[in-house]
Amino acid sequence: MSARIHWAAFERDDELLRATQAVRDKGYRIIDAFTPFAVHGLDRAMGLRASRLTWVCFFCGLFGLVFMTWFQYWSSAVDWPINVGGKPWNSWPAFVPVAFEGTILFAGLGVVAAMLIRCGLIPGRAPRLPAERVTDDRFVLVVASAGAGRPPDELANLLREFGAVEVHEELEHRAQLESRDPSGPEPSSAPAEASRPEEAGDPVAQGEEGRS
Amino acid sequence: MSDAVSELREPLTARPVSYAEITADIARPLEGKPTRLWYLGIGISGTALLLGMLAIGYTISTGIGTWGLNRTVGWAFDITNFVFWVGIGHAGTLISAVLFLFRQRWRTAVNRSAEAMTIFAVLCAALFPLIHMGRPWLAFWPMPYPNLRGSLWINWRSPLFWDVIAISTYFIISATFWYVGLIPDFATLRDRFRGLKKKVFSFLSLGWNGSARTWQRYEVVYLLLAGLATPLVFSVHTIVSFDFATSVIPGWHTTIFPPYFVAGAIFSGLSMVLTLMLVARKVMRLENYITKGHVGSMCKLIIGMGGIVGLAYATEFFIAWYSGNPYEQFVFMNRALGPFAWAYWIMVSCNVIVPQLFWSGRIRQNLALVFGLSLLINVGMWFERFVIIVTSLHRDFLPSSWASYKPTLIEVVTLIGSFGLFFTLFFLFCRFLPVIAIGEIKGVSQWAQKKPQEVGSGGGGGDGAADSTVNGQTEEANA
Repeated sequence: MSARIHWAAFERDDELLRATQAVRDKGYRIIDAFTPFAVHGLDRAMGLRASRLTWVCFFCGLFGLVFMTWFQYWSSAVDWPINVGGKPWNSWPAFVPVAFEGTILFAGLGVVAAMLIRCGLIPGRAPRLPAERVTDDRFVLVVASAGAGRPPDELANLLREFGAVEVHEELEHRAQLESRDPSGPEPSSAPAEASRPEEAGDPVAQGEEGRS
Repeated sequence: MSDAVSELREPLTARPVSYAEITADIARPLEGKPTRLWYLGIGISGTALLLGMLAIGYTISTGIGTWGLNRTVGWAFDITNFVFWVGIGHAGTLISAVLFLFRQRWRTAVNRSAEAMTIFAVLCAALFPLIHMGRPWLAFWPMPYPNLRGSLWINWRSPLFWDVIAISTYFIISATFWYVGLIPDFATLRDRFRGLKKKVFSFLSLGWNGSARTWQRYEVVYLLLAGLATPLVFSVHTIVSFDFATSVIPGWHTTIFPPYFVAGAIFSGLSMVLTLMLVARKVMRLENYITKGHVGSMCKLIIGMGGIVGLAYATEFFIAWYSGNPYEQFVFMNRALGPFAWAYWIMVSCNVIVPQLFWSGRIRQNLALVFGLSLLINVGMWFERFVIIVTSLHRDFLPSSWASYKPTLIEVVTLIGSFGLFFTLFFLFCRFLPVIAIGEIKGVSQWAQKKPQEVGSGGGGGDGAADSTVNGQTEEANA
């Protein structure tokens, strides 16, 4: 874990957006950004690829449709046919509403489950926050520091130029584990304390390939 | 929701506030002691709930002979309440899903409470078929599970069974949608509180840390859920209307029922959202976020939906005449002029005439008046279901079996109890969960809209032209 990163905090979403774009244009590798609300256009500025969760949703829905259609056919025409009002065993037009509801149910639950698993959102999991106020009013950008052959101050200056109120350089794994907010109430009791830095997996870089 | 801010539009919050202030304002009802109004509210609704539980206990232990039903009018108060409550739920989904798809950004102030309302209303609705079964402990029988009776499967061709599946799906998807929307707010609250509250919110927030990758997937899923909930909400009330439309009872057996029921459901739900919005605004002191602009928008939606409902009433009458079917004609004349004419005219005046008052901007700005009118529409929509159900049944094909219907005290108290359940849940929600989507309202606040300059190329997805002179004073106001 000797990779070094730059960690910058912004007060506004548009500053973060422009800084992200500029830093990426200069050829730096953006590790992640943390925002209190969905900043539109940030995924494009970071160069994230489109999520594939839409496909998960589509196939879950398709499964729901096929399964519910088959199940209604099987239970009313194969397993135990019962004469209801003289209708044919496989009276499929009457099966449409339930098949439709099944489609929606499977698609909705499937895509939410897929998102929670893909994002590592698990009940009771300790949050790994880069700064205490990141769920309140801070926008944090984490960028991989320059290798050799780059002016050492270039990245920090660039970030400040776009309005960063704080810039730090540090070892990568510390980035999301310590409270970075000197004005915050009690840095020692930051929620991030709950998770310890020994973890081998790098949470910020999780899903590094930018896919879902 | 990244479109430009128009100078012509009213700001979505009354006074510009910073992100930290938004968090503090919305978290405030969860901290410290609730207001006196809150205690008063939950006191009244809790009492109503207790009374209702007594009535339900009496009904279940004695049987539904405690109700005023008779051989001719087999469905009355309970099914009216069921359709009424399911309908209430629909506006929640309309606001959270349909307005989201239409990029109506004012919805952010009301969508959380509207979604909560959906869930609570569906719970209230589910209560009535359950107690109408008479043996609610066998309520799992309509579920298609492998059983020891053969397996004897349920009859998939029955609209009543479609209803079970539709309402269950609707409840599950609405609750999921609500929870997904709450996750980022749980994270905000987790990082704000200490002690027990922190533990609870920490568990519920699933380790959310606001990473841009998570947000990207979250937004996709939110959009997908909105896309799924939209056809779902139309299908649910369509299927509810099938309970009636697939029968051969004149007054029920009409093809207009699905769109008529959906429009009525959304109409009644909107008026209930409006009622609740005005309550939450006052009780939780959220005047800055739920503005007169929001109330005005709701009123305008109500005019639109009220128009559709009025058109449906007229169409029903026209078709009854045009069809040349004497039974159909009799039922409609009986509705308007028969023994239940009073209920019919309450329905027409509350649902067709009252919404027309909202054309006046002065009335839309008078919140006390809007509150009263929204209550009237709620009453009118309850009577709509009563009229449809009872007047179609009470004079059937043989005059010898004609009967009337009068609710017993037990039925009335059960209805009051369902209101008690609804409002108790709503007041608890106001106290223990964020009533406004913190993450979403930050995205539309004037603080976010004040862009000093254009967002860099490719960065903004249309965010660019947001530089608003109307909001130009924002920065100074907060300095």
